[in-house]
Amino acid sequence: MQIESYLREFKGFIQDFCAQLRLIHVDHLEKKWINIAFLIVALLVGIIMFDAFVHGINPPGKVETIDSASLHLSKEFAESNLGVQANDNGEIMIRMVAGRYSFFPKSITVPAETKLTFRWVSMDVLHGVHIPMTNMSTMIVPGYVAEITTSFPKPGEYPVLCNEYCGLGHNHMWSNISVVAKEDWHTPAKPLIKEESNNE
Amino acid sequence: MNDAAERKLALSHLWVAFIAFILACFMGEYQVLERSGFVPALESPAVYFASVSTHGVLMAFVLTTFFIMGFGYYTATTSLKQPIWNIKLAWSGFWISLLGTAMAAVPLLTGKASVLYTFYLPMQAHVAFYFGATLLVVGSWFWSAIMLVMFKQWKKANPKKPVPLAMFATTANALLWLWTSAGVALLVLFQAIPLAMGWMDTVDPGLARTLFAWTLHPIVYFWLIPAYTAFYVFVPKQAGGFLFSDEMARMAFIVLAVFALPIGFHHLYMDPEQASGWKLLHGIGTFVVSIPTLVTGFTVIASLEIAGRLRGGKDLFGWIGSLPWSNSMVLAVILSLLMLILGGFGGVVNASYAMNAMIHNTAWVPGHFHLIFAGTTVIMYFAIAYYLWPLLLKKPLFSKQMALVQLWTWFIGMGILTTPWHVLGLLGQPRRISSVVYNTLLTLAWKPYELAMIFGGLILLGSACLFIYNLVKTQLAPSTETFTEQVEYAETYHPVASVPEYLNDFKLWNRVIAVLMAISFGVPILQFFFMDTFGSPAWGY
Repeated sequence: MQIESYLREFKGFIQDFCAQLRLIHVDHLEKKWINIAFLIVALLVGIIMFDAFVHGINPPGKVETIDSASLHLSKEFAESNLGVQANDNGEIMIRMVAGRYSFFPKSITVPAETKLTFRWVSMDVLHGVHIPMTNMSTMIVPGYVAEITTSFPKPGEYPVLCNEYCGLGHNHMWSNISVVAKEDWHTPAKPLIKEESNNE
Repeated sequence: MNDAAERKLALSHLWVAFIAFILACFMGEYQVLERSGFVPALESPAVYFASVSTHGVLMAFVLTTFFIMGFGYYTATTSLKQPIWNIKLAWSGFWISLLGTAMAAVPLLTGKASVLYTFYLPMQAHVAFYFGATLLVVGSWFWSAIMLVMFKQWKKANPKKPVPLAMFATTANALLWLWTSAGVALLVLFQAIPLAMGWMDTVDPGLARTLFAWTLHPIVYFWLIPAYTAFYVFVPKQAGGFLFSDEMARMAFIVLAVFALPIGFHHLYMDPEQASGWKLLHGIGTFVVSIPTLVTGFTVIASLEIAGRLRGGKDLFGWIGSLPWSNSMVLAVILSLLMLILGGFGGVVNASYAMNAMIHNTAWVPGHFHLIFAGTTVIMYFAIAYYLWPLLLKKPLFSKQMALVQLWTWFIGMGILTTPWHVLGLLGQPRRISSVVYNTLLTLAWKPYELAMIFGGLILLGSACLFIYNLVKTQLAPSTETFTEQVEYAETYHPVASVPEYLNDFKLWNRVIAVLMAISFGVPILQFFFMDTFGSPAWGY
């Protein structure tokens, strides 16, 4: 009952609000322009929504926590487990640790035109990672795992740059990634680990 | 009315703002030079990052806050035609903010707070920096309170009458600022200070970034609203015409204040601690808030067209030539709009949820915000200063010609500085590096753009010096008895006798803001208290 009366009140308020708005004098040219402005915004928002929902293009946003102070004790980000790994289905997972002032491992090799899943963690402060000319970009916030999926169309040597201020040595924080043609790439011989929680 | 006390109050605020500005301009030129690596003797990350931190704080917090307070006091007293309510409180706010600025300056200049102006927890600055920043904000809250009280008192004394547009806009900004500063205040009071004082062992950097994102978008509208206010209330009169629409102006300020707030996550698109859905929601809001800017563009250009035609301009574009280009306010608005259009295109890229990945944290971003803030916004601060200085001092401006040269050089310098800056971003240069040491061929492509930026910066520095010189000479000139000019607010093309209560008050909009903030920040902030999170200890830099 109470909800109904609230709804009635709200409806009355909206009607009153709209009635007042209609009293405002708006020039007909300005009305046209406002409609155009709404159309521009609708078009841009539409493109973004279409890409997000149909093509699945989203920024990183997995919200997965990890204890950055004890990465070396975690199963997933222990030193021996870092770098490029492929599972039985050929899916490639790359685990990287960012710390002042480099990305570890310092140099990795991945195949071109292949779906790659990167998992980045920080062992100290805020970092960011960007491979110029690609969309491999994410913030690396201590306490969280930044997971991002991408693929590199062209083989080549790419720098991996820290793009978030992380201290006075920030300039020196970078590493390398080699992208090789798909047929030239060999699965690294590394033990396959099971997906397990980092937070045990 | 004798407004000597108000004029002194406004002038004091504006001087603090512009002294901060000129100091920061010198730092800016040093930074662009240091960063290029052309002068090896200059290279020092410690000095560079201390300078960047100070430049950011001076420009983004000190210049803006003091300018907005001074401008607000003056528009309030002149548009409402009444003295400042509780001028003692206003002076207390001024001194508290100034004390805060001085307190933050010491660690900044001595390299004890090189955490850049966005704080960077879990990196830790000297605690005096956080206390100083807090006092600066607390002082500005006094201003907000005074603006809200004066707005309320005037409405009570003048029932049913529309609040003068200048005061309406200023009050919108005061309300916006109270909401805006709450995010960073929570961060400083519950995370930064407790960590720096040792009361807490760890903080969650994810929560810190979320709280900063609360502040980070609306704060740019806090800076921008005085520029828009000048667009609406000064420009039409200075151009020799009328304001095209008073109601649409009110509407624009309301939508700016309401929608600037719940959209801060476009700063966190690339962050792992917030989920994609929230980012998309904030992304859509980011596009919505462009609508009042598009409406403002229409109203300002329409007002200029009325003026141009009244001055005898004919044909489709003939009115542009007949505008008074030698009026500093009119020139500034034209240059400001040009930079707004260019910067707006860049902004669409930044705001685009997915495209942002290409330019996130690259040199593109400072290129963008220098164009939009130091360009579009600050050029209007100059125009306002040129307009107000004679009125505040009761003396004519030292040189109108010099003011025009200054505005043109600022525009040209900004173009030469920010165009290569954008290109560097597309070429992958990170924004916050003090020198280029990457051993990769990519960096060869960066050199010519860095050279161009040095020249752009030099032109800007020269322009900034001209600006200060003009103000100082005006201040020091002997008084003239005959100065009678008064501040002139633009009249509306269709005068309004009354406006709906929704366009004349903020009670409803304040509630709308509360609801939108609860929707867009409620769960994203609460999640940190329900998730199994791991804090970070404090780190040096």
